[in-house]
Amino acid sequence: MLERYNIVNRFKEDHLFITTKVETALNLARANSVWYLLMGLACCSIELMQTGGPRADIDRFGSLFRATPRQSDLMIVAGTVTLKMAPRLRRLYDQMADPKYVIAMGSCANCGGPFTHSYSVLKGVDKIIPVDVYLPGCPPRPEALTEALIKIQEKIKKEKYLMKDET
Amino acid sequence: MRHNLMETKKLIELLGEKLSSFIVKADKMPNNDLLILIKKESLLSVMDTLKNDLELKFNVLMNHLGVDYTESFAVIYNLYSFKLKKKVTVKAYMEHENPEVDSIESVFKGVNWFERETYDLLGIRFRGHSNLKRLLLPSDWEGHPLRKDYIYPEEYNGLILKREENCK
Repeated sequence: MLERYNIVNRFKEDHLFITTKVETALNLARANSVWYLLMGLACCSIELMQTGGPRADIDRFGSLFRATPRQSDLMIVAGTVTLKMAPRLRRLYDQMADPKYVIAMGSCANCGGPFTHSYSVLKGVDKIIPVDVYLPGCPPRPEALTEALIKIQEKIKKEKYLMKDET
Repeated sequence: MRHNLMETKKLIELLGEKLSSFIVKADKMPNNDLLILIKKESLLSVMDTLKNDLELKFNVLMNHLGVDYTESFAVIYNLYSFKLKKKVTVKAYMEHENPEVDSIESVFKGVNWFERETYDLLGIRFRGHSNLKRLLLPSDWEGHPLRKDYIYPEEYNGLILKREENCK
């Protein structure tokens, strides 16, 4: 009877090691352990919690929430950034260890959303911190946030930080 | 007739009796509640009487608001009496230049944050308030945004507040 061919059996039979680039292995490890900072500022954070919950289950991708910027790789800005919050947000971003990524979740974080004519709301979080993925929606569904995370993972997997920068 | 089923007309008479020297006008509103208009100088004594008088006992401060009428400001207090099962609205006008009114914190302690919010957004100052600082906006904010003549700032601490044209 043929044993089912899978990667474990392959290791048993043929190889005890695989060859890869250090970068690829490190990137794979990093991409599958993106811990995100809880940055729930308004109603988008409800969808953020849903994404962490059992139905969307962002844990499948190795993402867990952290309540401290020191242990986070990713900041999901979920909600309206007021002018009073903006310097605090910038400080939390500065406290995160490099390399760090940002998802601007929802219309408010992208450009102010329905509060775009308000006197007290920041018109887009990219005015104070660099943003990697803009996620539209008001609020975006958990599936959309999961896709944004996958986009971040793709970005991490392409990074070549061990090589010298040619430019 | 039980006391708590007192009609609004009777309440107007009773209030006229208790606060005869303060009331400018007392009216029935369309929803059967009572609106009394007073001079802003007598606000503290009116509130004290409404709360502490044993026949009235309006001891619940339901709401406090400020209004900008362009040529004047007004403060409005909504009170409720469990004894009479009646609501009363107290309203006092003040001039638009340099609006100032007595704080009623010594009567209703819970009005503290309400008055701070009114000060923050409308710029009405409350004399005798224990901690009259901004409640919602940053402490270095200039101006009072809910005033009718407020001009929106173009930048704040180096952050540009103008809306981008291509942003959807």
